[in-house]
Amino acid sequence: MSNVIHSHTYDNGLVLLAESMDWVESAAFALLLPAGYIHDPTSHLGLANFACEMTQRGCGDRDSHRFVEDLDRLGVDRNAAVSAAHSSYGGATLATSLEGVLEIYADLVRRPLLPAEQIEEGRQVCFQELWSIEDDLARKTMRGLKERFYGNPWGRSSQGTAECLQQISPADIQTFIAQYYQPEGAILSVAGKVDWERLRDHVGELFTPWNPPGTVALPDTLPPKGYLHVPYESNQTQIGVAYTSVPYADPNYFQARAAVGILSDGMSSRLFTEVRENRGLCYTVYASCHSLRHRGSVLCYAATSTERAQETLDVMLSELQKLKDGIRQDELDRLKARLKSSLIMQQESSSARSSSMAADWYHLGRVMQMDEVGRIIDDLTCDSINEYLANHAPQAFTVVTLGEQPLEVSDGIS
Amino acid sequence: MEFRERTLPNGLEIVAECNPRAYTTGLAFFVKTGSRDETDEIAGVSHFLEHMMFKGTPRRSAADVNRELDEIGSNSNAFTSEEQTVYYATVLPEYQKAALDLLADIMRPSLRQDDFDTEKQVIIEEIHKYDDQPPFGAHEKCMAAFFQSHPLGNSVLGTVESVTNLTSEAMRSYFQQRYSPGNMTLAAAGNVDFDALVECANQWCGAWDSFDAPRATPAAVGGTTFEAITKETATQEYVVQVSSGPSADDLDRYACRVLCTILGDDTGSRFYWELIESGLAEYAGAGPYEFQGTGIVMTYLCCEPGEAERNLARIHAIQSKLEQDGVTADELEIAKNKICSHIVRQSERPSNRLFVVGNGWIQRHEYQTIQERLAAYQQVDLESIHRVLEQYPLTRNATVAVGPLTEIKAPQ
Repeated sequence: MSNVIHSHTYDNGLVLLAESMDWVESAAFALLLPAGYIHDPTSHLGLANFACEMTQRGCGDRDSHRFVEDLDRLGVDRNAAVSAAHSSYGGATLATSLEGVLEIYADLVRRPLLPAEQIEEGRQVCFQELWSIEDDLARKTMRGLKERFYGNPWGRSSQGTAECLQQISPADIQTFIAQYYQPEGAILSVAGKVDWERLRDHVGELFTPWNPPGTVALPDTLPPKGYLHVPYESNQTQIGVAYTSVPYADPNYFQARAAVGILSDGMSSRLFTEVRENRGLCYTVYASCHSLRHRGSVLCYAATSTERAQETLDVMLSELQKLKDGIRQDELDRLKARLKSSLIMQQESSSARSSSMAADWYHLGRVMQMDEVGRIIDDLTCDSINEYLANHAPQAFTVVTLGEQPLEVSDGIS
Repeated sequence: MEFRERTLPNGLEIVAECNPRAYTTGLAFFVKTGSRDETDEIAGVSHFLEHMMFKGTPRRSAADVNRELDEIGSNSNAFTSEEQTVYYATVLPEYQKAALDLLADIMRPSLRQDDFDTEKQVIIEEIHKYDDQPPFGAHEKCMAAFFQSHPLGNSVLGTVESVTNLTSEAMRSYFQQRYSPGNMTLAAAGNVDFDALVECANQWCGAWDSFDAPRATPAAVGGTTFEAITKETATQEYVVQVSSGPSADDLDRYACRVLCTILGDDTGSRFYWELIESGLAEYAGAGPYEFQGTGIVMTYLCCEPGEAERNLARIHAIQSKLEQDGVTADELEIAKNKICSHIVRQSERPSNRLFVVGNGWIQRHEYQTIQERLAAYQQVDLESIHRVLEQYPLTRNATVAVGPLTEIKAPQ
């Protein structure tokens, strides 16, 4: 099942990863720069996101119009986002267009124009994003949950606040880019119909010389945790629950991931069965693993009518707590079938592979081969997962609700 | 890739795009039924029935269905639209038979009363969920405003009231009128063993009784109302416009899709330059939807309420200019490039091809290779775009705005 995965570290620290998939016509890339929102100064929350917006307004000899037009001409389906640790850019196109696309993105990170005359337009784009989240109750709830669970700076949201956005100047953006859009800690991951040697040489020409400034590490502060209710006039109450888990790099990660799979992967999973199928309490309910490099969590979500919210939360918490009593062989067999099937389905998508390789490199410092992941899945047993759960029972829940009434949340809340 | 088709004696059509190099196999039953086939009394029944189809059969309980879908590691789900209900599963090739066994079995459901009562709560929660989230019903309200008494104006979800009042007997009766094998297509894509597929379909679907399942396709006369609905808790203003467009079997649908890319794509479109890059709106887009006998273009806007009226005027000016001057040759080339690149990338996954193959068959009785589809877009020229603009004016639309504004003026 596995292909050769190539990696190369350039002298300036930039890492290039590539997987050649000769059965596809496309190529996709993910470019991660160590410019996450953890580096936003407290007075300038939202700076990384604002900077990311401004980088897409022209670079090298392309003004903002040419930048968009040239990428469109190359047929690139693209995205840009800011996470805790990274500002990331990604795209997928026909393999024959990849080199042209990478040339533009090399300019974007190394020679962005950051046109000062467009700063107000850029600021408005950031405001629009901030306002829209106010109407997206699920997103608003999960943003609140992460903030409460991880604290500052890892639990922040990339959008920042309206007050901070108002403060940000063109000079702030230039300083941020100069400091954090740098090769040390940057990862460029490419998957699809590509020739490794040609790609390595081409990327070398595009991204060197490009020298790193120094980096600054930020301290963690302790979050408040516990229960938070956000009053809101809505039909449904949104429920978010978080608890501590191990990060992706931990040797026990796949035990933790499997336990969450028993809770939430597929229509026969515990949460879906107990909350939706048996009780009809809600339409959406899930749990998922979330990982920073040094900390991990399980984030759970459900939304239901105000009068049924208490029962929904109670059933969710009870299922989480029941995990420590152990999982069954038939549950694990189903989970393994699902995980293996998704692993193979990932091979059909160059975008999925490029993102997955970049994430592996960030968390592990290497890329896991597909057959290595396959073996780990094969080796999972009820005993290994139950042993993990005995030592890492879900507990000390952080709960955030949003809706008309607060809920009772006594058991096991930190 | 090879296209194969077969029709069972009871009328069930089986179509497949077989690609022996693919990693996975996609299977789906496309049923030609949706909200346009409902009356007001049973509004929402197609979608509620879609949920109930997973609730068990004479051979399987609801829990068995869920468990077995997971046992074969399937990526499976279902959806309901105005004119189709689709049940699908993507699996590794060795599970083709098991996946078809399950999908075919649930096409003849038990529709048990206790499952019906529990699932009704889930449907009501789904309606509440959409009521709470943007664009707060603007989409359905605008479809109703444009289509008026035409059945395509029916809501897919129905209302809390219509779903609450729906009985399991009414659902059974609807099922018996719509789920005829002659009104369904079994579609497959990817690594498909077609002979085995036909043999199993014959075994499991061959005895299904056939009956007529007619659909009314009256002509649509598009409404042109302008309505603002106040939702005090909303932060942004959401606007949806519906204007007419080519139908599912109209060859101008390609030109219309290219036109919508030029007008309202996420990047580089006319809306993008005027409204998004400038930060005047959070989102502004346009997209075509093709139905049997008619079609629409839907335009969306999401922005800060204070700018909504001016943004609507800007959208109106962009639409008018297009109607007057058309598009440029350069815009046409870029849009075609974007669409074709997207098609090639999407086609790499059998799970995506499955929907293109099934949809083409149920709407037009037509199979198109990827190359033929690309060629159809490459053939779009300035003249066909201008014909679409003339025949389907964007400025003649129904508009619904939902958000904090109590009043909003229609653009002149």
